[in-house]
Amino acid sequence: MEIYWLLGIPLTGGIFLALWGCRKHAPEINALVSFLTLLAAALLTHRIIDQGPMMVGAGWFFIDSFNVFLVALTAFVAFTTALFSRPYMRIEQEHGKLNAQRLRLYHSSYQIFIAAMLLALTTNNMGILWVAMEAATLATVLLVSLYRTPASLEAAWKYFILCGVGIALALFGTILLYFAAEKVLGSGGTALLWTHLNGVKAQLEPTVLSLAFVFLLVGYGTKVGLAPLHSWLPDAHAEGPTPVSAVLSGLLLNVALYAVMRSKVLVDGALGNDMAGNLMMGFGLLSVVLAAFLIKRQTDVKRMFAYSSIEHMGLITFAFGMGGAVANFAALLHMTMHSLTKSAIFFAVGHATQKAGTQLMDGIRGLIKTNPTIGWGLMLGTVAILGVPPFGVFASEFLIITTAMHEHPWATPFLLLALGVAFASIFGKVQPMVFGETELPKLPYQPALTPVFLHLGLVLMLGLFIPPYLAAWYRQAAQLLGG
Amino acid sequence: MTLTYHLQIVNLLAALLLLISFAMLSQRRIVGLVTLFAWQGAALALSTAIVAWSTDQHHLYYSAAITLVLKVVAMPWYFYRLVRKLDVNRVVEPMINIPTTMLIGIVLVIFAFNLALPISEMSGTVTRSTLGIALACVLLAFLMMITRSKAIPLVIGFLAMENGLFFAATSATYGMPLVVELGVALDVLVGVFVLGIFIFQIRETFDSLDLKHMEKLKER
Repeated sequence: MEIYWLLGIPLTGGIFLALWGCRKHAPEINALVSFLTLLAAALLTHRIIDQGPMMVGAGWFFIDSFNVFLVALTAFVAFTTALFSRPYMRIEQEHGKLNAQRLRLYHSSYQIFIAAMLLALTTNNMGILWVAMEAATLATVLLVSLYRTPASLEAAWKYFILCGVGIALALFGTILLYFAAEKVLGSGGTALLWTHLNGVKAQLEPTVLSLAFVFLLVGYGTKVGLAPLHSWLPDAHAEGPTPVSAVLSGLLLNVALYAVMRSKVLVDGALGNDMAGNLMMGFGLLSVVLAAFLIKRQTDVKRMFAYSSIEHMGLITFAFGMGGAVANFAALLHMTMHSLTKSAIFFAVGHATQKAGTQLMDGIRGLIKTNPTIGWGLMLGTVAILGVPPFGVFASEFLIITTAMHEHPWATPFLLLALGVAFASIFGKVQPMVFGETELPKLPYQPALTPVFLHLGLVLMLGLFIPPYLAAWYRQAAQLLGG
Repeated sequence: MTLTYHLQIVNLLAALLLLISFAMLSQRRIVGLVTLFAWQGAALALSTAIVAWSTDQHHLYYSAAITLVLKVVAMPWYFYRLVRKLDVNRVVEPMINIPTTMLIGIVLVIFAFNLALPISEMSGTVTRSTLGIALACVLLAFLMMITRSKAIPLVIGFLAMENGLFFAATSATYGMPLVVELGVALDVLVGVFVLGIFIFQIRETFDSLDLKHMEKLKER
C-alpha cells in the first residue's frame, strides 16, 4: 500500500504544482509534498525491515533491501533539497534570474522528476525501469535550462541529446534482454519482470546476455556519468540551478547505477564469469582517474564538484565491479555518503555563488569572514567528500581501497594517485574561497543551511558509528548483489 | 503458403526502411527530411501490422496503431508547423559531404548485418532475417545525428533511431510487452513536446537553430 502513496504523492504534487504553482506558497507546497513522500518512504522502509522483501501489485513492484535503501535515501535528499530550494529560489527570483512562471515549471518538474526516480527504483519490470529513467531525463532537461542563458541552453541540449542516445542504447539492451528471456519465460508481460528473470538467470542465453549488458552498461552508464560518456554531466551541473545540481548529483546518478546493478545480477547469473564486473571496473577506474585530473583544471566551482561526482561514481562502479560482500557493502555505503555529502556541498556552494554573484572560484573569497555558516558548511563538506577520517566517506573509501589491494593490487596505485590528485586540487581551491581576504558584503539574506549541517552530521555519525541494524541492512543488500 | 507471402511483404518493407534511412542521410532540406520520416513511420506501421496479422500477435496491432498516430500523423504535422513557424526550410549542408556519408553508411550496414547474424540465428520468429536491417537503421540514424548541426534534423535522427529500435524489437521478439511499448511511446511523445519548447528557447536566445553557436562549454 505504501508504495502507491510513495509514487502517487510526488506525481499528484507535480500535477498540482503545474496547475496552481504560480501561487505565493508554491515553495512551501513543494516542501510539504516532499515531506509526505519521505513519510511514505519511511513507512515502506519500516515494513521491509519488518517483513523482508516483497512484491506488490501483482508483481509490478518489487522491494528488497537493495532498493528500499535507495528509496529512503532519495526521499530524504529530495525533502532536504526542497527545504533548501525554498529560500534559495526566492533569492534567485529577487535577483531577477527567474519569474513566477519558470518557478512553477521548476516546482512541477522537480516533483515529477522525484516520482520518476522512485518509479525506476521500485518497479520490477526492466522495461518500465527504462521508461522511468527516460522520464527522469525529460523532467530535468527543462530544469537545466531554467535560467535561459546561452550556456544553460547549451548544457540542457547536450544533456538531452547525449542522454537520449545513451538511453536509446539501453533500450536496445532491454530488447536483447527480453529476447533472451522470452525463450525461457514465454512471451508477454512477465518475461521482463526482474524477479522472474532472476529465478531463471542460469538458463538465459549467455551470448545474448553479454551483448545486452554491454548496451545496458553504456546506456545507463551515460547517465551515471562514466568516462568517456560523461561530457554532459559537468555542463548540466554547472549551468542548472543549484538545487537541481544537488539532486542530479546526489540522486539521479545513483538511480542510473542502480539500473546497471540490477542488470549485472542477471548477467552474472547467466554467464557465470566476471565479464560484467570487469567491464564495470574498467569504466569505473577510467572515470576516477580522468575526473581527478580534470578537477585540477576547473575554474568554476560547480563544475569542479561535478567532476568530483564523476570521480566518486567511478569509485562506486569500480567497487561494484569487484563484487563480493565487502566491496558491495563499501559501494552501498559510499553511495549513501556521496549523496549526502555532495548535496550538502551544492547547498553551501549555491549560497556562496549567490553572495559572490559568480560561479568562478577566483571571485569567491573569504566566506568565513562575512558568512561564517556558509564558509564552515563548504569547508566541512569539502573535507568530508575528500575522505578525511572522522567522516563516513573515509570509512567507505578505506574499505574500497583495502579490498582493491587485496583482490586487484594492480588497480591500487591508480586509485590512490587519483584520490591524492583530487584531494590536492579541491582542497587547494576551496581553502582560499573560505579563508581568503574579501571586500564583498555579507549575503543580505538568511541562508538556508540547516540541510547542509543535517547531512554533514549524518555523514559524521555514520563515519564514527554505523548502527547495527543499518549495518545488517547494508550487508543484506550486498548479499543480494552477489556477495 | 500465405505466411511466406506475408513474409515477403515484410521483407520488402524492411528494404524500404533501409532505403529511407539512406535517403534521410542524403536529404538536405528539413521539410524533405520530415516527409521521409513520415514515410519511414508508415512503412514501420504497415510491417508491424502485417507481422501482427500473420502471426496472430494481437498486441502488435496496438503498437502499429500507436506508430501510425504518433509517427505518421502527429509528429510530422508538428514538425511541419515548427518549420513553417520558424522559417528554417533552407538547404543545409551536413558537416561531412554526402557521398562520404553514404560510403560510411554502407560500411555500417555491413557491420550491422554481421552483428545481427548470431542473434537472428537464435531467434524463433519468422521475421528474424530483418533484424540486421533494423540494426542498420539504428546505426544510420546515429550517423545522421553525428553529421548534422541543426536542431531539427538532429531530433529527427533521434526519432529515426527509435524507429529502428522498434523494428528490431518487432523482428526479434514480436515486440516488447504492451505496457513497455506504451511507456516508450509516451516518453517519445513527451520528448518531442519538450523539444518543441526547447527549440523555441534556443531560437529566442541564439536567434538561430544552428548548433554551432552552442560550442562554448568545453574543457579548456
